[in-house]
Amino acid sequence: MNISLNVNGRSHALEIADGNTPLLWVIRDILDLKGTKFGCGKAACGACTLHVDGEAVRSCSYGVKFAEGKEITTIEGLGTKENPHPVQQAWIEEVVPQCGYCQPGFMMATAALLNKVPKPTDQDIDDNIINVCRCATYYRMRKAIHRAAELHTPNEVVQNQNA
Amino acid sequence: MAEKKKISRRKFLVRGGLSTLGVLAVGTYLLRNHVRRGIAGMINTADTPYQGNTDTPIIWFEITSENKVVLHSPKVEMGQGTFTSLAQMAADELEISMEQISVVHADSASGNMDAFATGGSTSVSALWVPLRELAATMREMIKMEAANKMEVELSELTVTNGVISDGAKSMTFAQTVEGVSDWAVPDTPELKPISEYKFVGKPIARVDLEDKVFGAPIFGMDATMPDMLYGAVVRQSRIGSTYLSSDISKAEGMPGVLKIVQEKDFVGVVAYSLIEAENAKAAIEVQWESQENLQTADIRAMVTVGKGKPFVIQKEGNANGLLEDDDNVIISEYWSPIGAHAQLEPSGALAYVEADKATIMMSTQVVSITRGEIAERLGFDAEQVNIMPTFLGGGFGRGLHTPNGIQAAVLSKAVGKPVKCFFTRKEEFQNDRFRPPTHHVLKGKLNTNGMIEALEHNVSSGAVAFGSPMLPKILETVLGADLGAWRGGMIQYGVIPNYQAISWRVKLPFATSWWRSLGLLANTFAIESFMDELAVKADRNPAEFRLAHIQDNERGIRLKSVIRTVVEKAGYTDEVIDGKAMGFAVSTDANTPCAEIAVVSIENKQIKVHKVTCAIDPGLAVNPDQVRAQCEGAIIMGLSAAMFEKMEVENGELTPTIYGPYQMALMKHAPKEIDVVLLQGSDTPGAVGEPPLGPIGAAIANAVFRLTGQRLREMPLQLSGNDI
Repeated sequence: MNISLNVNGRSHALEIADGNTPLLWVIRDILDLKGTKFGCGKAACGACTLHVDGEAVRSCSYGVKFAEGKEITTIEGLGTKENPHPVQQAWIEEVVPQCGYCQPGFMMATAALLNKVPKPTDQDIDDNIINVCRCATYYRMRKAIHRAAELHTPNEVVQNQNA
Repeated sequence: MAEKKKISRRKFLVRGGLSTLGVLAVGTYLLRNHVRRGIAGMINTADTPYQGNTDTPIIWFEITSENKVVLHSPKVEMGQGTFTSLAQMAADELEISMEQISVVHADSASGNMDAFATGGSTSVSALWVPLRELAATMREMIKMEAANKMEVELSELTVTNGVISDGAKSMTFAQTVEGVSDWAVPDTPELKPISEYKFVGKPIARVDLEDKVFGAPIFGMDATMPDMLYGAVVRQSRIGSTYLSSDISKAEGMPGVLKIVQEKDFVGVVAYSLIEAENAKAAIEVQWESQENLQTADIRAMVTVGKGKPFVIQKEGNANGLLEDDDNVIISEYWSPIGAHAQLEPSGALAYVEADKATIMMSTQVVSITRGEIAERLGFDAEQVNIMPTFLGGGFGRGLHTPNGIQAAVLSKAVGKPVKCFFTRKEEFQNDRFRPPTHHVLKGKLNTNGMIEALEHNVSSGAVAFGSPMLPKILETVLGADLGAWRGGMIQYGVIPNYQAISWRVKLPFATSWWRSLGLLANTFAIESFMDELAVKADRNPAEFRLAHIQDNERGIRLKSVIRTVVEKAGYTDEVIDGKAMGFAVSTDANTPCAEIAVVSIENKQIKVHKVTCAIDPGLAVNPDQVRAQCEGAIIMGLSAAMFEKMEVENGELTPTIYGPYQMALMKHAPKEIDVVLLQGSDTPGAVGEPPLGPIGAAIANAVFRLTGQRLREMPLQLSGNDI
């Protein structure tokens, strides 16, 4: 099928054999955006989390056909070194990553949470940030999420997408 | 003065051959039990020397035209922060700023290859002297060249931020090295005093921080090459399966399939996309020879103290005689389950095999072994295979075993193009080399003063070190006991007059191996829970009870120091306050003592850990912030293993095969407070990545005992009954 994908503010016209192909593999292998990670393929770990119309989605279990016409944001589109998203800024300030593999998924999940809940409590974080980090950087991540909330103005993600 | 010595970039001075352990072993083969125990003691405490190039600075440091230095690291970065510490050490001796140094993985073809592994919490300690000497030598080489070019006396020159100056004229490193092919190599310069270092000892931000925050394609799974194809290999789902044959008729001709590759030991697919490769793989029918329908209970029965062959790894006095059955001997049993590595990046590789060479991009902790295995399979010399290590999406010991590199290479060879081939998550769970299950029997006897008269630790465990390609086979005979399985299993309380530790070897029908901290987590859980039992029996404060049994040598003094520090920092009390209790435990791993206190309550009948205080003495902390990060991560990873993780064996299959059912600590389980205190009982860096995993299981269990009266003797820790 022919499909049009809007990723990080750019439009891509693609031909995909099977519309049920997980969005993750289209993003990684066709668009060559490697920041979104494969962890489990069953939406169980969250390493593949990206945004579809501002909502956190586990892209390993999300057919590409459902993404047509929607705004997709990956870690590469969240912010840049020159203009980091508040979540990325907070991650840098708290020196969160260890191996780093799961971190884009956590940052995307956090950015989506902050758009809905600008000042999350510890309970909000526990309930919503449910990805898996094997290095177990959770202690610094929690600090970084609170720090990001201080830096964050709502709807920043949407503004970035339209930039 | 300096001797002129020519070094060509293609002539490398790599030392290969036996690992340290091998060197130790050769001279001691055929020796008797007490020597065995001596070796055991040495390996448990010895610093591991670096097993690679230490005398060719130009294969370590690349000077760029922007006057920056690229450090080509033979140690891989898997989250432990080694790249950052190495950059700090090198920058200080090179006299450059942190902004002027970056770190990449050294290709094996560069000649800068570690002949052993990245693991065992040894990277920074093993490179502490060699890397600084290499950097200092490189600095002097550049200075000598600058003195020639500037026509001034070497002694007139100083270096600041990569600029060499005599006070009037100056040259950058980049200007100096341009066009130089023959280097004058000085005698190894004296290292600067630590007090003069600007970066060593400081909490410098990770050098890989930005790449990891902005999603750079740095991992094995992110690697690409032009015309890359996708591979998929059929892997066993049943324990102990041997590949016999396969029917590929349904898979042939499926969409996107380029080739199906049938080898003597596996069958795989090469296709134009990952999905097509996996679809075709699913259509292949494989005949396996496999084990009978094993169950968890069968495995548990195999791992039993008293079964198999015992090896005494530590012995003082006459514990045997004193611990024979009598009413005053306290005996407890402990268990730990099969644990999975569960690193987020699945095992895999990108391989490109051409007529006379192979290029492999992958996550591996054993560059040298990976290279050798692939070369052997391809019929190449090792030098024809270039391993280009990538950042690992978690190591934890999983990357110490890399047959996935062979599979990708075989598939690539079959099609003459680059092939990327990774495990699925299910395959990862079923083909892991697991943390072995353990069974411990502890025996102890108190004297009338409430001191321990005799103590014995027995551990039965699946293999950790044995069976690994990292260990010369001969060592299994020399050592007797598996040095990985008894890591942390020796008794650290030297005041006890009679004690011994005994390791029981068992061969399991599935692969077990290195898992971050090896036996430390389970052995410390058993020993330190039992020490708590004895302290309760003696009616003594558990920390005071430990202190009373520690000898006053250097090791003992550092151990006492972490205990006193953690007790003071946490404000330890035996009392239950506001429904919360504290638990204490302490271990020494690879010379690094670490004490932890967990604050625990019961919420909704579940154990909840609120706070962990940790006092650790890793010697000099090259990067105190990253030492803290390792402690925080190790504490939560250890908590995860102690409270949640468990693989089962059901009808011959290892299960579960996905996160979630394989329960792990998530954000909601992580303590909201982790207080790490760093002590420095030595002026050289020691082990950091693994030691803080040791005490956490026992610290939590000991807190649960104070809170509920329940002594939990099996991981994962589960409360029982309705009285909670």
